[in-house]
Amino acid sequence: MRHIRPRSTPLPSEITPPERYFSRRELIAGLVAAGAVGIGFPEAADAASLKHSKNARLSLKEPPNSFEDITTYNNFYEFGTDKSDPAERSARFQPRPWTVKVSGEAARTGTFDLEDILRPHALEERIYRLRCVEAWSMVVPWVGFPLGDLIRRFEPTSRARYVAFKTVHRPEQMPGQRFPVIEWPYVEGLRIDEAMHPLTILAVGLYGQTLPNQNGAPLRLVVPWKYGFKGIKSIVEIRFTERLPPTSWNISAPHEYGFYANVNPSVDHPRWSQAQERRIGASLFASKQPTLPFNGYAEQVASLYRGMDLRKFY
Amino acid sequence: MTGAARPASKRFRPDKPILFLLCSLPLSWLALRAFEVAGFSLGPNPVEALLHGLGLWGLRLLLITLCVRPAATIWHQPRLMRLRRMLGLFAFTYLVLHFLTWLVLDQALDARNVAADIVKRPYITVGFTAFVLLLPLAVTSTNGWMRRLGRRWHALHRLVYPAALLGCLHFLWLVKADWREPALYISIYVVLMSWRWRKWRRRQPAALASRHGA
Repeated sequence: MRHIRPRSTPLPSEITPPERYFSRRELIAGLVAAGAVGIGFPEAADAASLKHSKNARLSLKEPPNSFEDITTYNNFYEFGTDKSDPAERSARFQPRPWTVKVSGEAARTGTFDLEDILRPHALEERIYRLRCVEAWSMVVPWVGFPLGDLIRRFEPTSRARYVAFKTVHRPEQMPGQRFPVIEWPYVEGLRIDEAMHPLTILAVGLYGQTLPNQNGAPLRLVVPWKYGFKGIKSIVEIRFTERLPPTSWNISAPHEYGFYANVNPSVDHPRWSQAQERRIGASLFASKQPTLPFNGYAEQVASLYRGMDLRKFY
Repeated sequence: MTGAARPASKRFRPDKPILFLLCSLPLSWLALRAFEVAGFSLGPNPVEALLHGLGLWGLRLLLITLCVRPAATIWHQPRLMRLRRMLGLFAFTYLVLHFLTWLVLDQALDARNVAADIVKRPYITVGFTAFVLLLPLAVTSTNGWMRRLGRRWHALHRLVYPAALLGCLHFLWLVKADWREPALYISIYVVLMSWRWRKWRRRQPAALASRHGA
């Protein structure tokens, strides 16, 4: 039913705009000239600026949240369950060296160095809305590349209907993993068409710099029309599967967190409403704002779920 | 009881002013951050920080209030009982502010949303019920009301037991997966209540026996 078959006519959103095409060429030329390997990634965990272009077409016009908001208010239970824990308790985490294991229904599998994973991809900035299942939201200027471009390199077979992801398990560096708040390691998954969608990216940075540890260094998923918990962080495994893969929050509370987890103001969390959200960084007296279907990306992604009962597949 | 304490009560005791200061500390800290005094702030989500800060301290103070009687009995310090009203009223103050923060800053006084949440969201139903149970206790906390109600005052103020339990459940029910802190408070509640229950059970046969004797 859901073969990965190219559509006969490409959607406008699938055509690379000329400015982006040329900026990519410039970037590659620049890299070649500099003899750079690994797109300027340092071995150290310190933030370094990343070469990237700005994808204005797929970026919001809203001003992004401050770097401080984005890096001090995080749900990353591997470092603790308080919002401030990831920033305060992730300094010892070593995001380099890093490898990613690719397995399952694909022609090219194996364990790859992060540098080899990233090398062919031009990085771009995308300013996306992030909506947490806890009814707050942010605007984040991610730096990354389309997950679909990476997936194509592994040549998934026709049996690859889902993509499963796994977070690293390092209790010695991730103090939150020393207590089973949820089952470790964290796992997530997407349907293959969701994974191939041009809005779905793997992020390696934000605000033009390498991803801070608390935001999922060195490699994290960003799916802007889904609740934030789908955006798995510090990815060490990508697996192509025929069957729907288990996902951490669904294991933890199946009636509260589904596999799809699309942002949907008309399907409440069993314990709280999803109709509105509080924008992070707003003042004490700011009011909440309405949550948009698919987090405002309905035009691009609603067709993926045509004919599905989104109350049932929450 | 009050007669025996009279000469002592004339002397200045620093315990109440000290307790007042201690109980005001979390509130002052929240206020400093809310008004961004000296560069402090409530952080990226100020409404949540204020709401959770007030709620947590309200619940903690409520549980501390429930510790007073057992502590006074176990350590033979009846004077501790003097502090119970202030602790209870501080707990109530934090919880009123917690409720108002939710009502005004979080819900923006949207009557329909507020009503729907109280009815539909079990953790809010439970928290709101706890708050309603505490209201008459705060009102009747004065000496005048104690005199007027007499024995019924004690019966009425037993409402603090279900209120504290509902407060713990309110907290447990809203956490996503990390139940450690609410579980700690529930354990404290269970310990405090089992102490009371054992005391009541011990008193019960005696009361029955004296009634039979009469």
